[in-house]
Amino acid sequence: MRNIFLFIRRYAAFITFFFLQVLSLWFLFSYNRFHRAKFLGIANELTGRVNTQFNKVEDFFYLREENRRLNRVNDSLMNLQPVNFLSRDTTSQLSHDSLPYDTVGHYRRFVMRPGTVVYNTVNAQKNYIQINRGSNQGIRDKMGVVSSDGKVVGVVVNVSPNFAEAMSLLHIQNTISASLKKSGEFGTIEWDGKNPGYVILKKIPKSVDVKVGDSVITSTVSFTFPPGFLVGTIAEVKSDQSSGMYLLRVKTAINFNNIQQVHIIENLERDEQMKLMDETRKKIEEAKKPGQ
Amino acid sequence: MSDVLRNIVRLAAFILIQVYVLNKVPHLHRFITPYIYFLFIIWLPFSVTRIGLLFVGFFTGLILDYFMMTPGLHAAACVLIAFVRPFIIGILTPKDSSEFNYREPSPRAMQWTPYAVYVLVLTLLHHGYMLFLEFLDAGTFLDFIIRVITTTGISLLLIFTVELVFPRQLKFRTNTA
Repeated sequence: MRNIFLFIRRYAAFITFFFLQVLSLWFLFSYNRFHRAKFLGIANELTGRVNTQFNKVEDFFYLREENRRLNRVNDSLMNLQPVNFLSRDTTSQLSHDSLPYDTVGHYRRFVMRPGTVVYNTVNAQKNYIQINRGSNQGIRDKMGVVSSDGKVVGVVVNVSPNFAEAMSLLHIQNTISASLKKSGEFGTIEWDGKNPGYVILKKIPKSVDVKVGDSVITSTVSFTFPPGFLVGTIAEVKSDQSSGMYLLRVKTAINFNNIQQVHIIENLERDEQMKLMDETRKKIEEAKKPGQ
Repeated sequence: MSDVLRNIVRLAAFILIQVYVLNKVPHLHRFITPYIYFLFIIWLPFSVTRIGLLFVGFFTGLILDYFMMTPGLHAAACVLIAFVRPFIIGILTPKDSSEFNYREPSPRAMQWTPYAVYVLVLTLLHHGYMLFLEFLDAGTFLDFIIRVITTTGISLLLIFTVELVFPRQLKFRTNTA
């Protein structure tokens, strides 16, 4: 017994070193797999507070760009107003239905909530965006994030009571379902960790006609984003030798250096969709079992 | 200012500079990330115990980690350099303690060459270990080697600039203090 104590005293520094190393590595690897950081709830609140203070100053530098974006969205919305449209036919009158959520079949699938980016990097291989809205404001994991003019920014991966961390498109583990605007072909957006101005669109078959400058938008099969939000434009067309698919370099529509105001998108049907998927998988697996 | 208070201010300053300046400025190249926050550990007083150093290192790294959303990455690297630090200092400083009466590592306390070696070894260990952990997650071996060399270079440049531009006041260890 005495020897054990002597041993511990002698190697106390090394044992502490070993313990702290294991602790850090446990933090690191458990986070990388599940995006669930230990003690993130408390830490996120604290870093969020500090980031908010710094963000107050930083925001001034991007006001011009942000105003331009807002003005552009306003412009597009104002152009949609019914007062802009006249009918040649004098017997019919254009009327706008002020009650779109009715029993006739309209219902709401996506809800948007505004938020402000308080911290954001583009230099790492895994870039995160901290937003000043959290679970108290109804933000949950896997919600989509778009900029104030509707360009795709990322997906929420972790929330604390008043702040949320979103994985931006510039994250090597990021995969977002996207499609070509012209042909509607589905693919996946990924990032190779190299240039923060470009992401990569994979899984587009070679049979599709693709040209530089084509728009890439969020697809109709995404659970996270409503269809039609712009991701970027194709900058380079390459082909993947191994799979016979295209490897398209996409210039991101948004400049990740100066994101300021964002919208967080909730899919109200997500739970139901996920449940259906799980149950389908279960059903198929059961049917495969022998003797039934 | 007492040693404890001074080091707390230093820690806050280094973390804020790292998070809000060095990680935000557009980098020259994706390989080159300037790091300077670990200079806090290099500058800690000689009087801190070995176990104390380890815990200070761990929490320094962890604070930065929670800002950067990489829990454990910088903490692991900081614990490593905090563990190695006493050995390097033991090798590089004179054994005769009557001649050696400075409070913390600095070019004037250790002479320029030993101090440069001390900084170089700790910087290389910090970056090597941290980038190795990143490399395990994703990346190629060539990238890893190039990144270790370039980030170490830029960090050394920053550290020696800081040493030359802000020479710390000489602090002697006295019997009265």
